[in-house]
Amino acid sequence: MVTAQSKETEQYNVIGTRPIRHDGVDKVTGAAQYGADLNLPGMLAGRVLRSPHAHARIVSIDTSKAEALEGVQAVITNADFPRAGDEEIDTGEGTANLKWVLDNVIASDKVLYKGHAVAAVAAADHHIAEDALELIEVEYELLTPVLDVRDAMVDGSPLLHDGLHTAAMDGSQSDNPSNTASHLQFTKGDLDSGFAEADVVLEREFETSMAHQGYIEPHNGTAFYRADGTLDIWTSTQGAFVVRDSVAPLLQLSPSQVKVTPMEIGGGFGGKIPVYLEPVAALLSQKTGRPVKLTMNREEVLLATGPTSGTYMRVRMGAKRDGTITAADVHLAFEAGAYPGSPVGAGAMCALAPYDIPNQRIDGYDVVVNKPKTAAYRAPGAPQSEFATESVLNELAEELGLDPLEMRLQNACVEGAQRADGFTYGVIGNVECLEAAQESPHWQSELQGPNRGRGIAQGFWFNIGFESSAYAQVNGDGTVPLVLGSTDIGGTRASIAMQLAETLGISAEEVHPHVVDTNSVGYTQVTGGSRTTFAGGWAAYECAMDIRRQMEERAAQIWECDAADVTYGDDAIIRGPQDEDGNDQQFTFKELAGQLVTSGGHIVGRADVNKTSSGPAFATHIVDVEVDPDTGKVDILRYTAVQDAGTAIHPAYVEGQMQGGVAQGVGMALNEEYYYDESGDLKNASLLDYRMPTALDLPMIETNIVEVPNPGHPYGVRGVGEVPIIPPAPAVRAAIANAIGVHMNELPMSPRAILDATLPSGD
Amino acid sequence: MQAVKYARAESVEEAVSLLQDGGDGARPLAGGTDVIVQARERTRDIDLFVDIKHIPEVISIEYSDDSGLTIGAATPCYQIYGDDTISEKYPVLVDSCSLIGGTAIQGRASLGGNLCNSSPAADGIPSLIVLEGQVEIAGPNGRRTVAVEDFCTGPGQNVLADGEFVVKLHFPAPAERSGARFLRFIPRNEMDIAVANAASAVRLDGDGNVSWARVSVGAIAPTPLLVADAADAIVGQPLSEESIAAAAAASSAAANPITDMRGSIRQRVHLAGVLTERTIRQAAERAG
Repeated sequence: MVTAQSKETEQYNVIGTRPIRHDGVDKVTGAAQYGADLNLPGMLAGRVLRSPHAHARIVSIDTSKAEALEGVQAVITNADFPRAGDEEIDTGEGTANLKWVLDNVIASDKVLYKGHAVAAVAAADHHIAEDALELIEVEYELLTPVLDVRDAMVDGSPLLHDGLHTAAMDGSQSDNPSNTASHLQFTKGDLDSGFAEADVVLEREFETSMAHQGYIEPHNGTAFYRADGTLDIWTSTQGAFVVRDSVAPLLQLSPSQVKVTPMEIGGGFGGKIPVYLEPVAALLSQKTGRPVKLTMNREEVLLATGPTSGTYMRVRMGAKRDGTITAADVHLAFEAGAYPGSPVGAGAMCALAPYDIPNQRIDGYDVVVNKPKTAAYRAPGAPQSEFATESVLNELAEELGLDPLEMRLQNACVEGAQRADGFTYGVIGNVECLEAAQESPHWQSELQGPNRGRGIAQGFWFNIGFESSAYAQVNGDGTVPLVLGSTDIGGTRASIAMQLAETLGISAEEVHPHVVDTNSVGYTQVTGGSRTTFAGGWAAYECAMDIRRQMEERAAQIWECDAADVTYGDDAIIRGPQDEDGNDQQFTFKELAGQLVTSGGHIVGRADVNKTSSGPAFATHIVDVEVDPDTGKVDILRYTAVQDAGTAIHPAYVEGQMQGGVAQGVGMALNEEYYYDESGDLKNASLLDYRMPTALDLPMIETNIVEVPNPGHPYGVRGVGEVPIIPPAPAVRAAIANAIGVHMNELPMSPRAILDATLPSGD
Repeated sequence: MQAVKYARAESVEEAVSLLQDGGDGARPLAGGTDVIVQARERTRDIDLFVDIKHIPEVISIEYSDDSGLTIGAATPCYQIYGDDTISEKYPVLVDSCSLIGGTAIQGRASLGGNLCNSSPAADGIPSLIVLEGQVEIAGPNGRRTVAVEDFCTGPGQNVLADGEFVVKLHFPAPAERSGARFLRFIPRNEMDIAVANAASAVRLDGDGNVSWARVSVGAIAPTPLLVADAADAIVGQPLSEESIAAAAAASSAAANPITDMRGSIRQRVHLAGVLTERTIRQAAERAG
């Protein structure tokens, strides 16, 4: 664990330190306002009626009895929304067809998964609203559910969408309708000759289950449609602007009519980017003229929000006896859920990303099935695809008798290497992570005891940049309120404020960050893609530079000199030319701040950035496990996560991201799964039976931050949030194999699955 | 959740009459850790809760060497595992009570509630069975007693008739050189429901032979089972690898589980044996 400032950040005063987060007191005292905390005068309670079936045609909906119930103010169905056209809207980490967005919010002609919203009620309280749901009569014509990604791809499979054809990368579409929404392919080199060069070729098939982000705070949405035609929305979201730009077209409003206030958020991990309740609350408010609040319970969250894809994957990989990987062929079939849009594209680009393999083919298929529409989940697509490829790489090393870490070093991408999708790396920390892992006390230690094993895996994630906005004013006392549009999930108020403080030469505590509504800050993309500290920090840097320039100008005005002769130093001293008497002229930041009002007024710095120079992130994880051969239970004994953060702005929050990613990755590895029966009923829609790791299931996760600064950022930042969820599953798989000699080819590697793989048949 | 009425009973008689008057929609309320959730999720139609935990005999622990142990049905788990006499003489109850829910739940949840919820996977019931527990039931026709192993009749179902509720649980005083152990298997390390669970109790004679035994396995059949064949496999001889293996095989043979989100038939049949083996060994260690 990094406890002191690391070498790379010694040059900084604020960056690399661990100040107390600005929002900490409100959060630990309960003063922070989350979405469900909101209560407005005259507010109604909304509830959503959900489909009991995984696949059915809606024949009729009769809401008359519900409407007649005393206390019910409005009942709506899809038919109450304006008709959604066939247009694409920005949904935060991509675009989506507006009709599909609406149909997922509330079903039109068909229900496509159990829990799919069918109708919604606004009533005086939630008891009445629940009673009203029981009075809504829906007639369904049951259809055969499509639950397996491979079954769904077969010709003749029941179709979820009659008009869906397979789109190829060249824009062409299949003649026949299909559940396969798209097929993409990345190639490099010559696959046949690559495999011909190999001394050993391994092929493995994998299946992984849908897995949910498991944020503690359920979804919520409160809306108030005012008499003047403006709509206020309060919600826990990763992107207030995305909510605005999704809800406005669904209600055929102009974005200028919609103001979204992001509430504090109890976790998102990608799952709180799509809208679910907000459009429903908005329409119910429009119908009733009163504020309407909707909240989900845990069952609704698991049934009807977006988990990550279940998959079927096949990887063939060949290597020479010396460990050089010569060829890899990757087939990825990802469940999109009910509507197209799985993260298979990102999964495909990440699949072989850490390795310089001359001959590659990666095929990806986006396939609709009768399960909830998937949403982003921490490095969307990569935990699956890299589980498959890292697992085969580990088995190749085993087969060749090579050290799996050495074999990774031997094949590692370095600056200038090109991926199959065409991207060429700049400065990356791939090798540095592997070397740090190799030198770690964990890797150097010897693991002893029966049924124990060690595994390793590498991970890659892109990270993104894009739009962020910030403005900051200088108070007379030298403090600086900083206004941001990014929901703070992982400590980004602190990490962005620290970059402003560093640039101004003041302390982190003198900056007061605030997250505000969509009318009060410039356009800011979602908190996602590990972009917020990167792009938000860049906006803060430019905002601070704007303040520095204005402070120089103001000092010049006071000193009656040319602004070019004034310099704002990194020590926050503003120095001017000598005065007439030959004395040095200078202001501290605080001194000049105190004179702003009397010397011409306040100063406000502002910046809007739109950056594409995000820095790729790599991670190396090492895990020791013990397997109980009688029960199939896996205990994590020791875990070390090594990761290149570029520059760790607030190392404690970087470590927190690394540990959180590991916890979720271990969850996907060991027990988390969407467990369906053959009718498409999700049988474990509770946190009792959807088994995320508890504090007792994980050891202290050792962290080792590597810093290879990103030259594409003023402070060298790379994103840190996503990559740590990727290596756990393949590392745990390798450790299990090392412990008991069994290679698991499905996720989760639950006790049930391990017993199935190890019990003699007939037992 | 629907609107519900709440009534606090001060005596067993008052509780019986409230339950009788309340009909199908009336439920006794002890800790409420199952029944309030069922009401909120509308999986049970409840319009009246009859709170029984203010009746002194329903929330009590009494022990004497002559009459053994009596635990009021609503006595919360934390009082049970915090009781010195129980810790010393009935450690298998500590095993169970410290595994039911988390710390907060254990402040309210009771063995009576665990029994009346009648889950096949209940973590309390196998221990009550191997301790030869007797269930004292009060109802419109007075009181009656039922052996714990005969109490549950199916998942969520039991022998209680309309107007009846469980008042207390009785256990004989522990014999010399006896010991019992409860274990459950869950995929994680806490906060979970058993894939399978088991309790074993053994009594050793002066020669080190097993003179008496009881084995109960849960989550492997519609109700927690008393597996007589497993006990028979170890009684009358010293414990050996062979006899323990035979007991484990008997439990696996008695298992009649389902496959669901918590475990498969194959896994549960296997675990019935594994847990039988482990609980017998550890019960014998406690027997000393």
